[in-house]
Amino acid sequence: MNNSILVPLLFYIVAGLTLSFALFATLSKNIVRAVFSLLGTFVGVAILYGMLSAEFIAVIQILVYVGGILVLMLFAVMLTSHIENAPNSNRSGSRFLGFSAGSILACILIILMIQTPWRSLWTGNFEPITRQLGQYLLNRGILPFEILSILLLAVLIGTVVVARTALQQNRPPHE
Amino acid sequence: MNSLGITHFLVLSSLLFSIGLVCALTRKNALSILIGIELILNAAGLNFVAFSRYGNFGIEGPVFTLFIIVLAAAEAVVALAMIFTLQKKYKTVDVDRTDSLRG
Repeated sequence: MNNSILVPLLFYIVAGLTLSFALFATLSKNIVRAVFSLLGTFVGVAILYGMLSAEFIAVIQILVYVGGILVLMLFAVMLTSHIENAPNSNRSGSRFLGFSAGSILACILIILMIQTPWRSLWTGNFEPITRQLGQYLLNRGILPFEILSILLLAVLIGTVVVARTALQQNRPPHE
Repeated sequence: MNSLGITHFLVLSSLLFSIGLVCALTRKNALSILIGIELILNAAGLNFVAFSRYGNFGIEGPVFTLFIIVLAAAEAVVALAMIFTLQKKYKTVDVDRTDSLRG
């Protein structure tokens, strides 16, 4: 089969799956199902990164989002919402206002994106980026890279402090 | 990749952004608002990579996406700790009922 048919077909399938999983995560009344359908969105976006031949970003997306954030969210669901009330755990407010705002924004953005004459500087095929990315991060981007690690340390300490305060307030006084 | 333009990716990320915005606007559960914000951040990262790949601007776009992913992870961790605290203090994560700052 010709590559010029196969690649758009793959794109449309992956894009449709990504959007429908995202819609399900938005509309589902069950928070557990919403979090699980977020898995499909994250994997779909990772496949799209792969199609743009940003394969390192795709791997990091799977590792961090699916392996980290999603598991963390599932633990948060387990710790917060009462599991017997799971089918009704995800109340939504005024749907009309939210949906009208979202659809108006989507229409404006899509019209803008289609009508803008993007000048393509693209030369023919995408180069893999992993080597360039590593060289950039350890040469010019070394300062943001190190600041990011300090941020991660601060987040680690701050999270422990916030969660521990909650536990200490909850402890009975006679212990 | 010869028949896929940048418009495909831009339209997809606009839709993903709008869905995330609707999720963050309409939901009452704090965890669901976090889900919406994650969708918005994913759309932004997809835009960065698409512009960088089609515009031939060098490597900065994927670097920004990498930083967005790391910052999203950090933000999710802090937000989940705050949700945990809400659950301990108010016995609910409904953002309508955690209103002790209301005058």
